[in-house]
Amino acid sequence: MAQVPEGGSALKFSKSKGDWLRDALPKLVLSPSVAISMIFVYGFILFTIYLAFSDSRILPSYGWAGLQNFQNLFTLRAWNIATINLAIFAILYIGICCALGLLLAILLDQKIRAEGFIRNIYLYPMALSFIVTGVAWKWILDPGIGLEAVVQGWGFENFEFNWIKDRDMAIYTIVIAAVWQTSGFVMAMFLAGLRGIDQEILRAAEVDGASTFALYRRIVIPQLRLAFMSAFVVLAHMAIKSYDLVIALTNGGPGIATTMPATFMYSYTFTRNQMGVGSASAVMMLMTIAAITVPYLWSELRGSKQ
Amino acid sequence: MSIASSTHRIARFALYGVLALFCLYYLMPLYVMVVNSLKPLSEITSGGMIALPKEWTVAPWRNAWSEAQVGVEATGMRPYFINSFLMVIPAVAIATILGALNGYVLTKWTFKGSTILFGFLLFGCFIPFQIVLIPMARALGMMGLAGTVPGLIFVHVVYGISFSTLYFRNYYAAFPTELVRAAQIDGAGFFTIFFRILLPNSGPIAVVCVIWLFTNIWNDFLFGASFSDFNSQPMTVALNNLVQSSTGVQEYNVHFAGAIIAALPTLLVYIVAGRFFVRGLMSGSVKG
Repeated sequence: MAQVPEGGSALKFSKSKGDWLRDALPKLVLSPSVAISMIFVYGFILFTIYLAFSDSRILPSYGWAGLQNFQNLFTLRAWNIATINLAIFAILYIGICCALGLLLAILLDQKIRAEGFIRNIYLYPMALSFIVTGVAWKWILDPGIGLEAVVQGWGFENFEFNWIKDRDMAIYTIVIAAVWQTSGFVMAMFLAGLRGIDQEILRAAEVDGASTFALYRRIVIPQLRLAFMSAFVVLAHMAIKSYDLVIALTNGGPGIATTMPATFMYSYTFTRNQMGVGSASAVMMLMTIAAITVPYLWSELRGSKQ
Repeated sequence: MSIASSTHRIARFALYGVLALFCLYYLMPLYVMVVNSLKPLSEITSGGMIALPKEWTVAPWRNAWSEAQVGVEATGMRPYFINSFLMVIPAVAIATILGALNGYVLTKWTFKGSTILFGFLLFGCFIPFQIVLIPMARALGMMGLAGTVPGLIFVHVVYGISFSTLYFRNYYAAFPTELVRAAQIDGAGFFTIFFRILLPNSGPIAVVCVIWLFTNIWNDFLFGASFSDFNSQPMTVALNNLVQSSTGVQEYNVHFAGAIIAALPTLLVYIVAGRFFVRGLMSGSVKG
């Protein structure tokens, strides 16, 4: 990082009114953003945390309810389903995205002709809205017109693929659509990591007679540790926040089988008029994300200072 | 020809085969959307989702654009498409300008505690927006912006500046500070240096930032669903309404046409400036 001198150091030797303004100007320019962040990020977080301990129902109310909302939250069947769904979704989503992303990155790193073109095809779903992705996959996975109907039309009359209508399997359809959308992005992250590896070490290992497999397992993949960490943080973060895709693909159904924390929060706060419980669920989401991103951010910022 | 080079050739062939298969996998949903938006409904319901249209028609597109029932009114997607543009253009412009100024201050006019302030601003990139929905709904109500396009612009600016600040700050950190000091000694002030020296050299990062914000704000659903009413709904909310609320016959071909219309602006940006989009993705998350 470039060396950054103290602000206005060139002006320190003569203090007059104009200099004071020039000293304060940078802070003045930054202050609206800081104020916005103070109110609309930190202030609002505190407000929602307060609501989580209040007796709010349809509207915010300031009566103290202690841990009542959290106690209610943990006994609600819908919240239990939401957390189990999040666990299933996050594990599969992160796992499959990383595996697929790593595989594609390694394949693309073999001096492929038209690499840029292929990369663009793998990555374009990231430019789409989750709602668009959800609509496309909703009908592709629909047994009436989608894959099931198409394969049956080819003559395989017994072919069945109705996960999206099946309470036990519907959560996996969200994994399918989400992996389609994000795996190309993970590929790009790993590809950037691969390009950063010192080619000399690889050549040396090759000369020593290491097989390609051993080369990747022993030398390349361990060096992608940072890329894995970034991918994990980004994907975990996206998994916890996932809302749009669930709404567009299954709308939380069948029944409440694909409820996730984000959809739970929305429906309890805005349609079931249990704002206290909704706030408590939002606080749980924030704490989960903070547990993942704060250590990461802290190490990044500390790293850039050195 | 040696054995080694012929196995090598087979391996290359297999490699390209696998890569091509994955291309098909990623393109399949787009293909499904496009072909099914161009065929009559009967061809879809009779199990022909994968086939090319027997009878090509643009009626589903016309329907999705200006006739379809979206929510209560049969207006098609057009008014919502316009809403999205009215929302996204000012929001991107304001957030980008603020981000550029913030990045400038945080790298060239640092003061005691400015790194901490940066970390403080950065946290806004990571919060789950569920945590601010309730107070934001109230705040917009108090400001008289509830259910309006300016309200949505405001929300997107508020949560967009974390990202734009991050981009410009990282970019300007690599900009030679000596140039700034030299201009300062020549008597150039804070804004003169910004507009004459930094800004003319900010082309690439401005493109990255604009594309990132444009894509994110255009694709946003949560804020649109929470803070808009029938007159201000953005495209994503309208698309979801189109697909979820249709009673009676499901017009799949119209849904697909609507989905493509909703995807078209960001897809076009990706095709024209994909390089910058990827850069934004990488530095927005890897360095974030």
